[in-house]
Amino acid sequence: MISLKGKCGRRGEKIFSYACLIPSIVGVLIFFVVPFGIVVRYSVIKNPVTKEYVGLDNYKALVHNTAFRKAARNTAMFSAISVPLAVVLALGLAVLLERKIPGKSAFRTFFLSPLMVPTASVVLVWQVLFHNHGTVNQVAEMFGGEPVDWLKSTKGQVVIILMFLWKNIGYNMILFMAALSNIPRDMMEVAELEGAGAWYKFFHIKLRYLSPTILFVFILSLINSFKIFREVYLLTGNYPYDKLYMLQHFMNNTFNKLDYQKLSAAAVLFALVMIVIMAVLLILENIFGKDVEN
Amino acid sequence: MKRRHISNITVTVIVALGALLFLLPTVLTIANSFMTSSEISANYGAMYSNMTDSEKTYISGDVNLKFIPDKVTLDQYRSVLITNSDYLVKFWNSVWLTVPITVFQLLVAILTSYGFSRYPSKVKGIIFFAYIILMIMPYQVTLVPNYLVAKRFDLLNKRSAIILPAIFSPFSIFLLTKVMRRVPASYVEAAKLDGAGELQILTRIYMPLCKNAIISIGMLVFIDYWNMVEQPLILMTSDEAKALHPLSVFLSQINTSDVGLAFAVGVVYMIPTVLMFLYGEDCLVDGIAYSGGIKG
Repeated sequence: MISLKGKCGRRGEKIFSYACLIPSIVGVLIFFVVPFGIVVRYSVIKNPVTKEYVGLDNYKALVHNTAFRKAARNTAMFSAISVPLAVVLALGLAVLLERKIPGKSAFRTFFLSPLMVPTASVVLVWQVLFHNHGTVNQVAEMFGGEPVDWLKSTKGQVVIILMFLWKNIGYNMILFMAALSNIPRDMMEVAELEGAGAWYKFFHIKLRYLSPTILFVFILSLINSFKIFREVYLLTGNYPYDKLYMLQHFMNNTFNKLDYQKLSAAAVLFALVMIVIMAVLLILENIFGKDVEN
Repeated sequence: MKRRHISNITVTVIVALGALLFLLPTVLTIANSFMTSSEISANYGAMYSNMTDSEKTYISGDVNLKFIPDKVTLDQYRSVLITNSDYLVKFWNSVWLTVPITVFQLLVAILTSYGFSRYPSKVKGIIFFAYIILMIMPYQVTLVPNYLVAKRFDLLNKRSAIILPAIFSPFSIFLLTKVMRRVPASYVEAAKLDGAGELQILTRIYMPLCKNAIISIGMLVFIDYWNMVEQPLILMTSDEAKALHPLSVFLSQINTSDVGLAFAVGVVYMIPTVLMFLYGEDCLVDGIAYSGGIKG
């Protein structure tokens, strides 16, 4: 009798737990999944009026479009440099902060603070620092360096990479600090007894335990790297120097022209690239971190 | 032992220098917000003179970064907060976009994460994985579907065009589900023995236990949308809608026209998030720390 009631109750609870998902699933379907289906459809027709199927023509036109190529190249280059840096530097900081140094919690606060400071608030300082006649150039000239027009030359990428690192390293560092403190102590003690050096311990033990976190931090940083348009827009507006022309600039311009076919093809292509990157990362993590997972 | 001691000092110095560099842009913004407009024009005017059509209008060629104002004044703040209402209007625009998004995204996330973490099943696993895929999609992908929906339901140029899709953004669901999965089954069993229903388990056990994570995720969502630039530029383009733009977008224009005020506006804009950070740093750190790992 009691067990029957328990079963009934459990069934009700299970149904309730599924019901909890409904609002979100409905929202995601309405705002993302269904319209994305329409986007996929738009990407293979000539225009929304005649609905003539043209296969991959829109995609071919897109990848031959010079503005798109430039935007894709700049964005890919930016992410390829800034994301690994954001992972490695944050990990380095977390390792340094593992030591017993004075003022540790204050340092943690300082490194984390850019996360909570709106980019728009501080953008003027960045402009002052990297202006043609700005602080960085003045310091460089003092040491006999050549001034660089940072925001209007190929060096523009350096500025936005610095801004990206400034904003993201704190968050990544916290994730690594948490992961480092979760590595089993006895593991490290055994290694020490067997005479393992600091480098050996780091590369052969800690790094393996950290691999799920590294993957997570990498993916988060990658997602955030596509938001760099904000910084570029605030620094230089809608028409930046060539090297700072990002995919979002391309999307904005294409939106202005209401070119749905090009927009749709770009969105679908980008989504596919993200899925491929994600799959590769998951596979890598599976190979590298398998033997330490419980 | 001695060598270890020395290297600890080196590490402290390196970390301290780095930490100061990270603090620098924020501190400089605050320090400069107390300058008079004329002092700012004298120091930074050169930055903008070459943006106008008439060249060679500037007197001093260099842009001088200053830590301490010659004369400390609240003039900038007086203009921003009292004389010129433009900035306050934009500030409230930001509030009316960011607060509803944060509150409703959290409510949806609490309910959904609870659904995901109770009675795990294969179907739920598949749906959750689909959410992860959606989460990794950048704005460059999701804004196109968002635009189509806004156009279809006649939401373009309205705040709801930005707010509605943002409520269902899966980022907070992803983080919170990972935290909720750690709630010990024994707590739930004990509550059930006391006759608690599912809704009570959610409000009396899950929510209190995940309080720090919920606060932390709320802060992350808030700052992300407080910073928004992409969505208004695409979803709110008419002249009337531009009046509803958040301050984060508007600040890029202030910087070029009204340099004398930009620092104070920047400081006013960072007050809500910096206050959150000062009061909630420990929650934020806990929340971030719990969320590590894409699978677990």
